[in-house]
Amino acid sequence: MKRFMKFFNRRRSWSLPYVIFMAIFVVMPLVLIMIYAFQSKDGSFSMENFHRFINQPEAANTFIYSIGIALITTIICLILGYPAAYILSRLKLSTARLVVMLFILPMWINVLVRTLATVALFDFLRLPLGEGALIFGMVYNFLPFMIYPIYNVLQKMDGSLIEAAEDLGATPRQVFTRVVFPLSTPGIVSGIMMVFMPTISTFAISELLTMNNIKLFGTTIQENINNGMWHYGAALSLIMLIIIGITSLFTDSSEDGANEGLL
Amino acid sequence: MKKILSTGYLVLLLVMLYAPIVIIAIFSFTESRVLGNWTGFSTELYTSLFSGGVNNSLIDAIKNTFIIAFVAASVSTLLGTVAAIGINDLRYRKRRVVNFVNNIPILNPDIITGISLFLLFISLGITQGYTTVILAHITFCTPYVVLSVLPRLTQMNPNIYEAALDLGATPMQAIRRVILPEIRPGMISGFILAFTLSIDDFAVTIFTNGTNGLETLSTYIYADARKGGLTPELRALSTIILVVVLVLLIVVNLRARRQAKQAEQAASFNGKTIG
Repeated sequence: MKRFMKFFNRRRSWSLPYVIFMAIFVVMPLVLIMIYAFQSKDGSFSMENFHRFINQPEAANTFIYSIGIALITTIICLILGYPAAYILSRLKLSTARLVVMLFILPMWINVLVRTLATVALFDFLRLPLGEGALIFGMVYNFLPFMIYPIYNVLQKMDGSLIEAAEDLGATPRQVFTRVVFPLSTPGIVSGIMMVFMPTISTFAISELLTMNNIKLFGTTIQENINNGMWHYGAALSLIMLIIIGITSLFTDSSEDGANEGLL
Repeated sequence: MKKILSTGYLVLLLVMLYAPIVIIAIFSFTESRVLGNWTGFSTELYTSLFSGGVNNSLIDAIKNTFIIAFVAASVSTLLGTVAAIGINDLRYRKRRVVNFVNNIPILNPDIITGISLFLLFISLGITQGYTTVILAHITFCTPYVVLSVLPRLTQMNPNIYEAALDLGATPMQAIRRVILPEIRPGMISGFILAFTLSIDDFAVTIFTNGTNGLETLSTYIYADARKGGLTPELRALSTIILVVVLVLLIVVNLRARRQAKQAEQAASFNGKTIG
């Protein structure tokens, strides 16, 4: 009992329950994905799932198509979001906070409801559903994720740097390209990541926005899991995980707490 | 001119973001089954939502959503706070490792979290249902609680805790009387964040809710939409959720603003007495 109390009184021991919890519910499941991915149906080690992915054009094509859609979405979000973040960072702080809140507010509505609302909007405007609707829906869903981190970095930027550049004779354009933009790269990087990663893994949204005509990689994974093809599904998940791992490698070095606390 | 342009741009983006939502809100006041068909003003959808005019499965889904969110957010807040207190006292390597693993569920796409937990429950032979959904939600909510509590602890002066011990407090008392009041705002925002994440979740739930027909609002809407149309009452429900969230955010924001002002006043008052 005494030993227990001593253990309990050391604050670092308090992390133990969570460490155990994470070992079971975070680490082990990921290990399981890896084990399942390298197993054939009978449970023996095999590469057959990956062979199948490479040799089956449908899944591989969906994969490449999804990356393309995710890239387009990310680029559009960046083009639309950067000016917005910049304008926000020039506003009075209280006004800016209010507008940022307005940008984040729609995210409190269920993604599926928002997506169905987009479908309704397209119906309402008599626009056809399909690729255009898919990209609109993706941008619509993920734009706030781009604006927020960039705004965060721009807003914290030291204003005297801009003044110094101006004093030293830089034109407004130079101030932007030489000072503001380079300094905002951490925000851009985490914005790209926060848009690219969820877009590449979405499912359900694409079915609704394209009336089941366009399938994204996420949907392929979901279908395989639902149809009991766990091993193949796990292999596809692993492929997605690798892509995401590569993406986050790019950002690891430049991340500067740009995406702290969305609330 | 420049100002008008930039304001105009923000307004344009906001209009784009809100257009779909506004359409839902407008069409929640008409009875038509198909979204986009205006058949005259009526509050029928709202009355039917509250008087049980909708089928039981929707009501069940709403109930399940809130029960799961409440349990998951409460457990996450408890687990995450205790963990944060521990992590704050960890050093170097261990702390880095724990922080790294804590970030995994945040960075992982929902679908991966969902599938990996699905495989876990399958391998352990656990029947999926309420328990598994709640466990899954705790898994992706707790990291956010840790992240909102931990900064409060690192910003805290560590000497205050030591002082409490020196003055004869037991470690338990010191944590309750000294640390807890400091981290309470972080716990509250962690709880709110966990709650909203849980309510909003779709991808993780759909892989862990099993085959016994446990539905949350998200999975219900998904099934509904695949059948070819949204239950009209959901438009009313979404509008209500939006308004509630809007009011909540305004209240939270006003409170934060008032607190900031008070802190400012207190600071300037202290400055006067010292100076």
